[in-house]
Amino acid sequence: MSSRHPTVVPEPEPLGPSELLPGLAVDDPYRPPGQRFWRRLRRHRPAVVSAVVLVVLAAACFAAPVLAPYGPDQQNLALGAVGPSLHHWFGTDELGRDELTRLLYAGQISLEIGLAVALLSTLVGTIVGAAAGYVGRATDQALMRVTDLFLVLPGIAVLALALEKFGHDRLTIILVLAALFWMYVARVVRAQVLAVKEQEYIEAARASGASGPWIVWRHVLPNCVGPIVVNATLAVAAAIIAESALSFLGFGVQLPATSWGRMLADAEGYVGTSQAYLLYFPGLAILLTVLAVNFLGDGLRDAFDPRSR
Amino acid sequence: MTGPLLAVEHLSVEFPTDDGVLHAVDDLSFEVGEHEVLGVVGESGSGKTVTALAILGLLPPRAQIRGSVRFRGAELLERPERDLERLRGDDLAIVFQDALAAFNPVLTVGDQVDEAIAVHHPEIRGPSRRDRVLALLDLVGIPDPASRADQYPHQYSGGMRQRAMLAMALANDPALLIADEPTTALDVTLQAQVFDVLERIRERTGTAVLLITHDLGVIAGLADRVVVLYAGRRVETAPVDTLFAASRHPYTLGLLASLPRLDHRARGTPLFRIEGQPPSLVHRPTGCAFHPRCPFRAVPEPCATLVPPELEVGAAHSSACHRVDALADVTPASLRAAAG
Amino acid sequence: MLSYVGRRALYSIPVILVASFLTFAFVRATFDPTAKLRQSREPAAAIRAERQRLGLNEPLVEQYGSWLAKFVRGDWGTSERTHEAVSAQIGRALWNTTQLIVWGVLAAALVAIGVGVYSALRQYSALDYTFTGLSFLGLALPAFWFGLLAIEFLAVGPKQWFHLAQPPLFFVGLHSGNGGALDYARHLVLPVLTLMVQIVAGWSRFQRSSMLDVMSSDYIRTARAKGVPRRRVVWRHGLRNALIPLITVMALDIGALFGGLIITEKIFSIPGMGKLFFDSLLAGDATTLTAWLVVTAAFIVVCNLLADLAYGWLDPRIRVA
Repeated sequence: MSSRHPTVVPEPEPLGPSELLPGLAVDDPYRPPGQRFWRRLRRHRPAVVSAVVLVVLAAACFAAPVLAPYGPDQQNLALGAVGPSLHHWFGTDELGRDELTRLLYAGQISLEIGLAVALLSTLVGTIVGAAAGYVGRATDQALMRVTDLFLVLPGIAVLALALEKFGHDRLTIILVLAALFWMYVARVVRAQVLAVKEQEYIEAARASGASGPWIVWRHVLPNCVGPIVVNATLAVAAAIIAESALSFLGFGVQLPATSWGRMLADAEGYVGTSQAYLLYFPGLAILLTVLAVNFLGDGLRDAFDPRSR
Repeated sequence: MTGPLLAVEHLSVEFPTDDGVLHAVDDLSFEVGEHEVLGVVGESGSGKTVTALAILGLLPPRAQIRGSVRFRGAELLERPERDLERLRGDDLAIVFQDALAAFNPVLTVGDQVDEAIAVHHPEIRGPSRRDRVLALLDLVGIPDPASRADQYPHQYSGGMRQRAMLAMALANDPALLIADEPTTALDVTLQAQVFDVLERIRERTGTAVLLITHDLGVIAGLADRVVVLYAGRRVETAPVDTLFAASRHPYTLGLLASLPRLDHRARGTPLFRIEGQPPSLVHRPTGCAFHPRCPFRAVPEPCATLVPPELEVGAAHSSACHRVDALADVTPASLRAAAG
Repeated sequence: MLSYVGRRALYSIPVILVASFLTFAFVRATFDPTAKLRQSREPAAAIRAERQRLGLNEPLVEQYGSWLAKFVRGDWGTSERTHEAVSAQIGRALWNTTQLIVWGVLAAALVAIGVGVYSALRQYSALDYTFTGLSFLGLALPAFWFGLLAIEFLAVGPKQWFHLAQPPLFFVGLHSGNGGALDYARHLVLPVLTLMVQIVAGWSRFQRSSMLDVMSSDYIRTARAKGVPRRRVVWRHGLRNALIPLITVMALDIGALFGGLIITEKIFSIPGMGKLFFDSLLAGDATTLTAWLVVTAAFIVVCNLLADLAYGWLDPRIRVA
């Protein structure tokens, strides 16, 4: 063996991700979530607690007709605005309406809008983003240019303007919000698809004759599921905050309909007065919901890919 | 000073993982003498890098380390960080495998080499340090050191970067240089360059080298003695010529047999490879870690049940194998013949 | 690198132009500049004359063209709400808003970097968990709710509880007429705090993860292997590299601040860009709205370009190809 003849020991089959964990075979590329995912999710305590909280919250709000102690518009003018008491756990507003009841009914709107916007924008955004990422060229350019345009304008301003034009009913709000949100989703999905597209198993699938849509459906998207789901979850939070902000400014949900943001708008004038308690509860509701959704999203992210910590 | 420069005794490193305890290094012992080159051979995952990091005290806190590492007679494990900082980069230096990742991308190469000097010898002033930096770059064969020193790591070619890392490690004339896979990330021509530099350094400065690699060619050319690792344990140790000529361990023999031969007699013969996969360091095989892949195994007794002790088989030559007597006449060639 | 940024800058121009066209068309379609006249029941002839004067009968593209021609010359029209020159209005508003942004970003950056670095270095410590919890809270906190609560508990509340003549922190506008630096500061605290809350949460999380990434990288290991003292490793090798992505994120986020600005300025009655938008939208002031959107878009584009520039300048891998 001459020193001028560098020789190398042939490596065995490709190994796992790090030098410290040899012996792991290359991951099966098409790996749907599976057992370990649920195990990891269950172990993420904030996420589990959050999921429970969200379910309870949603159930309470949508069961309001049955659960709420009073009717949503039931006034008690003689009582007026009183602080939290035995009869009215969260107090009443100036018309004597029970805050807790109003909070539950308003929650229906806020949650509904949040969920609907997230689902709609995720659906549209995923389709467009995947198409742009996988097909590339014209579709991709079109997507990027269009989203570039909207990313340059401040979101709330555009939303407020659009709502002024198209109306303030629930469906319009959902559509308008989704019309902006899908762009963020599309960009994220596109980036994911681009990354996955470069993997060798995609080339292998193509080489064995699979068609584009088939590949996207069976190989590309399953590997993007993680970021898509996580993003969708966070979109719920973002949508709730967006709707609240718009309603607070007066451009979102309008009276007589109500949402948590709208309730805060109504309570704004009570800062510094003895009715300041009207401020706390709608804000707390938003905070709690968004916090829970964020924790859940965090837990999902960890469960999908613990390495991304 | 008597005794070896570096003495590692019964070193064990374990990591807690989700799936169990990972045994990266298991009861490893070896010595490096002054001016000596000790080669450490093994596949990825055999614990080579972990050993190097353990010596320098650079393992993460969750690593469980047992045993003893003595440098110039003084114990290194459990030493306060400040003492280790004084040693690192001065008397005890290391070069890593991936030079691109190992250099800070936002500082010039010259700055980083300069830092190695400045940290240990603040009494040397700027201009003299600069001279030393240029001299070091020149020593490792980097052309036009003056302008190269002001460039960033990404502007260097792969081979130059590796050599620049060597320059940085040698900045303070270390007594021991640990080279962790110095040629692995490079192609053959660059490997030869780095190899040349290492040879030159050896001749010039007589630095002792702990050469960690899976490249047997580099070992053959540079090492005085060799230690072979498998699954975190030492399986054979011998002077370099003895190892290549008369190895007495199935793993080492397998490694040697796997080397592609380019002479005409080998034409048409299939490449030899060791059966199976390297074992999981979390769920190690019982007994000898190599036995599932060993053509000479005696199962179940004793290979699958007893960890083989290291037995002396020659002058400064020992092997950890239960079947060591049966291997007296086995050569890489006979292994290849038996398989093909 | 300069060519890269130059190309990006060049690309931004058509983006702003198209965005301006879209906003122009949309605002035109939403608000009728002659609405006021209709409401006050002016005779039809007067309305027609006004429409003629404003060029509302021209095709949309031509209207846009003449608008654009005037816009680039600095003639941004007259506000239907205040009858003032829009450019003057926006100029004033921009000045006030810039103050808010500068103070907000400065404070947020300092806090975020401090918290992020500490959390990364003392990962899993009690304070790290606290900071993480707080940042989750901050990200989930509706800024407008925080603003109102801040007024309640930090301004109006203390005034009532301690029977003060004035609240310790002001919550209307940026100055009280004659005030000096202290007065200015007392006005700034609450709106800046409100603006900061969400940004700090995001930035500190980002800095923490950026710092963690950097500290686990190979060149940190090399620095330690060279014997560089711990503190110097953190500053010279860690922070220096970890700040680069953060600065880019910061520049990008400044553009995105406008949503929060609208809310903050409304709550605290600060006469800035946010309040201007709010008032104009409520009043249907199309002229101001159009100019506002285009100016804001330009501002955001500039911020994005600055982010690119900053990143290119700070990272030699991009600066010196």
